[in-house]
Amino acid sequence: MDVIIENLPLYWEGFLRTLFLSVVSGVIALAVGTLLAAARVSPIAALRGFSMAYVEVVRNTPLTIAFFFSAIVLPRLGVTFQQFEVAAIIALSAYTAAFVAEAVRSGVNSVPLGQAEAARSIGMKFSQVLSLIVLPQAVRSVVPPLINIMIALVKNSSVAGAFFVLELFGYGRQLANANGDQVLMVLIGVAFFYLLITVPLGIVASTVERKVAIAR
Amino acid sequence: MTSVLYDVPGPKARRISLLGSVVGIVLIAGLLGFAIYTLAQQGIFEGQRWAVFGLPDVWALIGNGIVATLSAAAVAAVIAFPLGLLLCLLRISEVAWIRVPTRVVLEFLRGMPVVLMMFFVLLVFATNPFVAVVTGLVLYNSAVFAEIIRAGIQSLPKGQREAGLTVGLTSFQSRLIIELPQAIRRMMPSLVAQLVVLLKDTSLGYIVSYEELLRKVQLMADVLGFQFLFPVFFVAAAIYIAINFSVSRLAIGIERRGSKKAAGGVAKAEPAIVEASAK
Repeated sequence: MDVIIENLPLYWEGFLRTLFLSVVSGVIALAVGTLLAAARVSPIAALRGFSMAYVEVVRNTPLTIAFFFSAIVLPRLGVTFQQFEVAAIIALSAYTAAFVAEAVRSGVNSVPLGQAEAARSIGMKFSQVLSLIVLPQAVRSVVPPLINIMIALVKNSSVAGAFFVLELFGYGRQLANANGDQVLMVLIGVAFFYLLITVPLGIVASTVERKVAIAR
Repeated sequence: MTSVLYDVPGPKARRISLLGSVVGIVLIAGLLGFAIYTLAQQGIFEGQRWAVFGLPDVWALIGNGIVATLSAAAVAAVIAFPLGLLLCLLRISEVAWIRVPTRVVLEFLRGMPVVLMMFFVLLVFATNPFVAVVTGLVLYNSAVFAEIIRAGIQSLPKGQREAGLTVGLTSFQSRLIIELPQAIRRMMPSLVAQLVVLLKDTSLGYIVSYEELLRKVQLMADVLGFQFLFPVFFVAAAIYIAINFSVSRLAIGIERRGSKKAAGGVAKAEPAIVEASAK
């Protein structure tokens, strides 16, 4: 127990950085993912094809490879960054965006056909149908899966710890190496801080799910 | 492809759409071209860098890496599935002192990063990396399998269980003989999708120094020199994606077959705005 209390500032710093990585990547992923989903249902064939290809490839790519890509390949392409955090955020948001896109797309499918038909019959354009009628209803039904994706994102951010970003897992590794005799306590501390984020989010997800289920 | 979201395009809309497509393709091609050009400037595509693939040793290493990746995934899947079944049965037990602790354990396992669990097993139990990777994968995925199967059981019509109990089966027998088989069948697509996740997560073994495909590639680059990291990394990434892609295809195939055969279909059959054509 002592080792956790002694290193509480480090844990706290790691916790905040994990939170930071997750929130920033989460916001970017939500925006990009929704755009990808909109592109996937759009009338322009090239957009549909691009979105489909992106989602298919990224969903089948292990996160570690995504990290490798943004940490090693991107700098070669002229995208340089001072901190590894940026590489981590790029990898996490590019990876998560594909899952967001899939979730939003399935939400679009859950909107009854009549909604889009009605919107079109009163003369709305595609962009209006999507942004005024379909997406608002779709997003509502995908809130629980989106929260689950965000939980996965928080957990995935731990991979950044292996790529030189000192977040919760990164500090955990450092502390575990420094306190070889108290590894158990060190890692339980790390686990506690992860659960501090993931468990409340999980509870929110299931509550929202119940609410939506009743409303429908 | 027709869609309920927009009208069948007329001549003007077709022109705009075509223009959009051309611009889009040119943009993407331009980006790709720029990327390839920049890489070529740095000599990435010079023959000698790729000459390593002429060496049988390199392929042997890559082969070993693939075997290591697949065997970790296979062992983990084979253990995680029955464990998931068991956890699911405990989770829906009618006895509160079995159900509640199981729920807590499941929430805990699902809220943990898989890397952390692998790392935990590696350090605390001082196992070899293979055991750490497999244990981490089993702990996480059995919890997920349990939740998927539970969702399947809950999606069954109530009458199934009632009928089972009526003909004199015990609660447990009804779960095992009547509900589980149907639930598993219904949730087959989700289960196979989770299998892809499991396969992908073996790459986390890289972090706990399990010598799977990525770690092998890294080691190879350490030995041969950094300039070979690029080619071997690309080949490794392509292999990983190809393997995952084929398992995903399998999931889609099962989903298609399932929706024809399974009683009541797999759990979803609403008319859709977007056709799930390539999914």
